Amino acid sequence: MATDFYADPSETSEGKVFTVSGQDWSEIGAGLEGDAAERVVVNMGPQHPSTHGVLRLILEIEGETVTEARCGIGYLHTGIEKNMEYRSWVQGVTFCTRMDYLSPFYNEMTYVLGVERLLGIEDGTDNAVPEKAQVMRVLLMELNRISSHLVCIATGGMEIGALTVMTIGFRERELVLDLFELITGLRMNHAFIRPGGVAQDLPPGALDDIRSFVALMKKRLPEYAALCNANPIFKARLENVGHLDLEGCMALGLTGPVLRSTGYGFDLRKAQPYSGYETYDFDVQTWDTADSYGRFRVRLNEMWESLRIIEQAADRLAKLEGAPVMVADKKIAWPSQLSIGSDGMGNSLDHIRHIMGESMEALIHHFKLVTEGFRVPAGQAYVPVESPRGELGAHVVSDGGTRPFRAHFRDPSFNNLQAMAVMSEGGQIADVIVAIASIDPVMGGVDR
Amino acid sequence: MSDATSDKPEGPAKAVEQPATEKSPENAPEALGEPALELRAVGERRGMFGVAGSGDTSGYGGLVAPVVLPGIAQRPYGGWFDTVADKLDALIERVVIHRGEITFHVHRDHLLAAASLLRDDPALRFEFLSGVNGVHYPGDAGRELHAVYHLASYTWNRRIRVETSVPDADPHLPSLVRTYPAADWHEREAWDMFGIVFDGHPALTRILMPDDWPGHPQRKDYPLGGIPVEYKGASVPPPDQRRSYN
Repeated sequence: MATDFYADPSETSEGKVFTVSGQDWSEIGAGLEGDAAERVVVNMGPQHPSTHGVLRLILEIEGETVTEARCGIGYLHTGIEKNMEYRSWVQGVTFCTRMDYLSPFYNEMTYVLGVERLLGIEDGTDNAVPEKAQVMRVLLMELNRISSHLVCIATGGMEIGALTVMTIGFRERELVLDLFELITGLRMNHAFIRPGGVAQDLPPGALDDIRSFVALMKKRLPEYAALCNANPIFKARLENVGHLDLEGCMALGLTGPVLRSTGYGFDLRKAQPYSGYETYDFDVQTWDTADSYGRFRVRLNEMWESLRIIEQAADRLAKLEGAPVMVADKKIAWPSQLSIGSDGMGNSLDHIRHIMGESMEALIHHFKLVTEGFRVPAGQAYVPVESPRGELGAHVVSDGGTRPFRAHFRDPSFNNLQAMAVMSEGGQIADVIVAIASIDPVMGGVDR
Repeated sequence: MSDATSDKPEGPAKAVEQPATEKSPENAPEALGEPALELRAVGERRGMFGVAGSGDTSGYGGLVAPVVLPGIAQRPYGGWFDTVADKLDALIERVVIHRGEITFHVHRDHLLAAASLLRDDPALRFEFLSGVNGVHYPGDAGRELHAVYHLASYTWNRRIRVETSVPDADPHLPSLVRTYPAADWHEREAWDMFGIVFDGHPALTRILMPDDWPGHPQRKDYPLGGIPVEYKGASVPPPDQRRSYN
């Protein structure tokens, strides 16, 4: 038996510890002789290629059957919520975008919506966030939904050995990340959606790139359907695996594609719309099998719906050329936007000239707003959004200061992982992987 | 937006909106004159610029302003808010309506009863508990630790917040896992981060921090941590020791 520096057999109070890392399994078999009737607990992860990041699974097995399954989480806990309490309201976006790293815009969005509700600059108020900012948010979120679902389908495919699904999934995701880079400057961790609007206007030519992306995706998405939808191996691995019906979903608070795969078409974009989703034409996708296969089909169909929304958003943006992307209130809006200079993107030279050479008041205003930040009226808000994984909501508490008093994120991955046990107990070990892939947990969001 | 200003039939169409700006510290004296608002200070803010020990010579350094949360709402609350409040009436301490969101403050003794009523009553049907979140108000004497539950009714498309509080010295709350199994991990997180003990929870262990971790990191008295960083001869202090404007 190999020596494991981190789990000495003497540290365990009961049973023997075997470290399985690809060596000869006959040693393990020989070691088990005599104890074979006793229960075997398998630790899968936290570093395991098929557990979606650092998720630790504790499986009690009998042969190939899982009799009990539990999750160990927290390996990616970075204290983002605590850190946000020590930064200004605007800086908070930079932190929360890093939580669920596959859907950064949703993290930003739910936090920003909460802050805007407390500030009283929601849609329908006098001092509302400008329309162009809302349309850009919708556009970015739906692009993000596509990229996130693509990763889910790609990694889910890889885990069951469907490597082509993985390669084409990441190929298309790269196109979305290119669009993100074009629009926000970054492929991930954008911090682009800010309280009051978005950080930057659309760059020239972005709409053309978005339209050609949509056109390309309309050719590429059918490839996934052709590869998977009726593929007997794919179906054999996914159908009736990770079953969770509507009662189970409601009891365990599951949302998103898992809930919609039971046939219940609940989608916050329709039920409690934000950012003007009620004005877009799209359908909520459901399936009726309540299993991993259904969730795959829901995600695939949702990407088509996202393309529909992106097209509509692009049409609106074409008419909103030059419109503001930040709220008009100068006590909230960031003083200037970045601009492209000879050495890349940076501070707008016009703005620097204005505050350094022309107006003392502008300099003071800039300094106050950037270093101190704006104050948010005391109170609390919770504005959930429909992220690719379900209900993502930020509970934002203000004590009237320039920093969040508390910002807590109800992450759908965190909540949905609770269903891992009920989805995989009684099934086979190989099906645990499929069940977890169908939940699509992102550990950055789970552990925050 | 599902705000009080929304014109959706299910929405809180006539909610009594009480904007927080009127109760923020700057304007607190005006708001105090209104009988409708009972203000509760949960802390205080000193000075005008939030900076301590900087040699503030402005003369405003001695200002003390209370940190005031939105006050109690008066009936009628408007729309479906009253429907829910009528059903819960015997169990609630106070109702706060702020920015179109309604918060029911419930004493911990009534929390279990309120939860089952909210879930099971056909006129309420809050089937969905999105989670439990702790908030630590060190200045709220006798109610330092708050637990905030966000509930949603898919049947009626409504959303409410239930808030309960416990003193730091006796941080016990009943667990809602029996009513809402979804609360399991969320309560473990609230225990882990705030030290709120949920009595009756099937396995109240730490969830994000290591099992042998001392302390509860999200409490306000728990330091953020960090070390000063040297850069070109200067030293940048850790975030919690930098100048702040709160």
